[in-house]
Amino acid sequence: MTVMNMIEALNSAHDVMMGRDPDIVVMGEDVGYFGGVFRVTAGLQKKYGKTRAFDTPIAEGGIAGTAIGMAAYGLKPVVEMQFADYIYPAFDQIVSEAGRMRYRTAGEWTLPMVFRSPYGGGIFGGQTHSQSPEALFAHVCGIKTVIPSNPYDAKGLLIAAIEDPDPVIFFEPKRIYNGPFDGFHERPVTPWAKHPAAEVPEGYYTVPLGKAAVAREGNDVTILAYGTMVHVALATAEEQGIDAEVIDLRTIVPVDIDTIEASVKKTGRCVIIHEATRTGGFGAELAALVQERCFYHLEAPVQRVTGYDTPYPHSLEWTYFPGPTRLGIALKKALED
Amino acid sequence: MTSSNERRNRPALSLHVPEPDARPGEEVDFSGVAIPAAGSVARPDINVAPADIRDLPYTLIRVLDDDGKAVGPWDPRLDADTLRRMLRDMAMVRVYDERMFRAQRQGKTSFYMKSLGEEAVAVAAAHALDRDDMCFPTYRQQGLLIARDYPLTEMMCQVYSNAGDKLKGRQLPIMYSDREKGFFTISGNLGTQYPQAVGWAMGSAIKGDSRIAAAWIGDGATAEGDFHNAVTFAGVYRAPVVLNVVNNQWAISSFSGIAGGELTTFAARAVGYGIPGLRVDGNDPLAVYAATRWAADRARSNLGPTLIELFTYRVEGHSTSDDPSAYRPQGAGAKWPLGDPLMRLKAHLIGLGEWDEERHQQLLDQLGEEVKAAQKESEKLGTLGGEAAQSVESMFDDVFAELPWHLQEQREQALAEAEAKRK
Ligand SMILES: Cc1ncc(C[n+]2csc(CCOP(=O)(O)OP(=O)(O)O)c2C)c(N)n1
Ligand SMILES: [Mg+2]
Repeated sequence: MTVMNMIEALNSAHDVMMGRDPDIVVMGEDVGYFGGVFRVTAGLQKKYGKTRAFDTPIAEGGIAGTAIGMAAYGLKPVVEMQFADYIYPAFDQIVSEAGRMRYRTAGEWTLPMVFRSPYGGGIFGGQTHSQSPEALFAHVCGIKTVIPSNPYDAKGLLIAAIEDPDPVIFFEPKRIYNGPFDGFHERPVTPWAKHPAAEVPEGYYTVPLGKAAVAREGNDVTILAYGTMVHVALATAEEQGIDAEVIDLRTIVPVDIDTIEASVKKTGRCVIIHEATRTGGFGAELAALVQERCFYHLEAPVQRVTGYDTPYPHSLEWTYFPGPTRLGIALKKALED
Repeated sequence: MTSSNERRNRPALSLHVPEPDARPGEEVDFSGVAIPAAGSVARPDINVAPADIRDLPYTLIRVLDDDGKAVGPWDPRLDADTLRRMLRDMAMVRVYDERMFRAQRQGKTSFYMKSLGEEAVAVAAAHALDRDDMCFPTYRQQGLLIARDYPLTEMMCQVYSNAGDKLKGRQLPIMYSDREKGFFTISGNLGTQYPQAVGWAMGSAIKGDSRIAAAWIGDGATAEGDFHNAVTFAGVYRAPVVLNVVNNQWAISSFSGIAGGELTTFAARAVGYGIPGLRVDGNDPLAVYAATRWAADRARSNLGPTLIELFTYRVEGHSTSDDPSAYRPQGAGAKWPLGDPLMRLKAHLIGLGEWDEERHQQLLDQLGEEVKAAQKESEKLGTLGGEAAQSVESMFDDVFAELPWHLQEQREQALAEAEAKRK
């Protein structure tokens, strides 16, 4: 075990898997010699050579399209999209091609590949370095969507994603890349070294896709969260002394319905939090699932806590960000109703 | 059909991944860069057939020679006042950049991008275009605003996202916008402005207007589909647009070879689309001026678009978030054989007897004072990181012309949240 931050854990996942499987190639803007603008792929080119970790032209559609071609050849591309905000030129290739290849060929062609991308706000990146587009990918068919919230999961989930036989979108919460985040942006944080989830094995292990984690046990209300919001949920429960059960979904497609159902049936109340915009967000899907399956156990309407339906502003970043105050208001409502 | 047996004597296939000449710890060597003599490239008439000038994308249009003399057919023969004004604008960009870079380092804002060594690209173009032509820039053409006398305080307020920022703190620093100055809003998404410029130009043509559009894109971003969409449309409709590629030889950490610059030039992209392509010494303000003027005159005469590659060098980091010593030799910019655009124009003016060291120093002092005063003025309206300068309500404005019910509701919630935070 070693203490790793998110970046180091993700880097280690690449390293472990490239060492095990010569078919894995890592590609993306600035990922080669430099090792990525967030350094997730640092050292890989040096260790595995230029044809296994290389820079691509700045053309996300081209990156996705050629990666699909490589996967069709038999490689396992692990692609970095420099920011989730810049994934849209690749949308057609990912949605219309990667997501449907297995189906349209009845399994003749399959695409084991991963599209990684940093997402979310909290670094004053303005509207083009802060977005959370997970719902767009959750909405289409044939793509798994994974979002880790800590170094241990990040490494284990990325290895599982690389081994998965189907295309996976892997969103990495950039706010917690280098250092942890304890929910309150204005307060000092506990360093990763003191977070148990930053104890990461150096070698191979997996965290299965499609399995949520109970990040905090509780009896009064269930909070469904993923990514950075897991830390907001934990901080809010702690701060307000609420006996909340915090579920870290980890994978949103396919979502771990059993864990969700068991928790909400136990607590009878459910609050969903995500950083993405509200309308048509993944919270809407979760709310629908919860009412379909737990309706007679619910003691209050399901609440959604989200980013607002505006672009992510630069100066008002922390006003936009769904932090403990916003979640606290929703929890209070859910518990009082 | 050849069977795999017959291919056996061939070597195994191997993938080529472009690599720059030098990495950190190695010496940069620019001796392989082909630099034709200033004045040696012919200047065709603007109504030349693109097919007749297919050599231009592979050479380099230069006007200023090593002694700072303007030579050859591309010399735009500018009067001394215009030259001095261009010198002043380039120097202003440099002084302003330096100041704002430092402000970022002092924690007064989140981000900044300089254009050190590339000042001629925007400044000379601004002088060659008409004041009401519409510019679709990237984040490295702040020189357009400066050359068009956009107030420095306005620029700084945007960089600080403060109470004076007319973009209401919504955009990342340096993503300016000013309709009145003919400066289209800068997008963080690379390349998007390129087809938009073509569309604006098509609009101008549809309406029988006289204004043309100009767009800029980096060497790295030419790989985006939007670049190719733009040139296709521009060619098809002979849109009145000047399409500039700023080849500063680096994207972030990747060199121009990764963008396709290893086998050909960026100007040569034009050949495939059937439009003229000019390749220009981007550190030669007179050459940039002359090429822009040639392309603008063509566009104005309904002769269609021109693609101009401005060959230059990104002297410093990509942005305040970047440290180029991690991927290229330190000090490479100082060795760039085409020199510094500001120094070259200065030498030219001195050679003409229209400038001297003393006046130059005075100019720099005066610009320094101007920038300092503007900074003081704009900082009165705040810097990033303190109390947010914008009201919570303002966050919901401008998503749509009118606020639909759901945004009204969210605005109420945001206000309630702000109230709860105060307690
Ligand atoms: C669609 C998109 N992909 C990636 C990025 C991230 N990015 C910002 S600037 C940059 C490099 C651009 O290089 P170049 O086009 O050469 O312009 P320069 O910075 O050299 O002026 C990259 C990759 C982005 N902003 N937009
Ligand atoms: Mg560049």
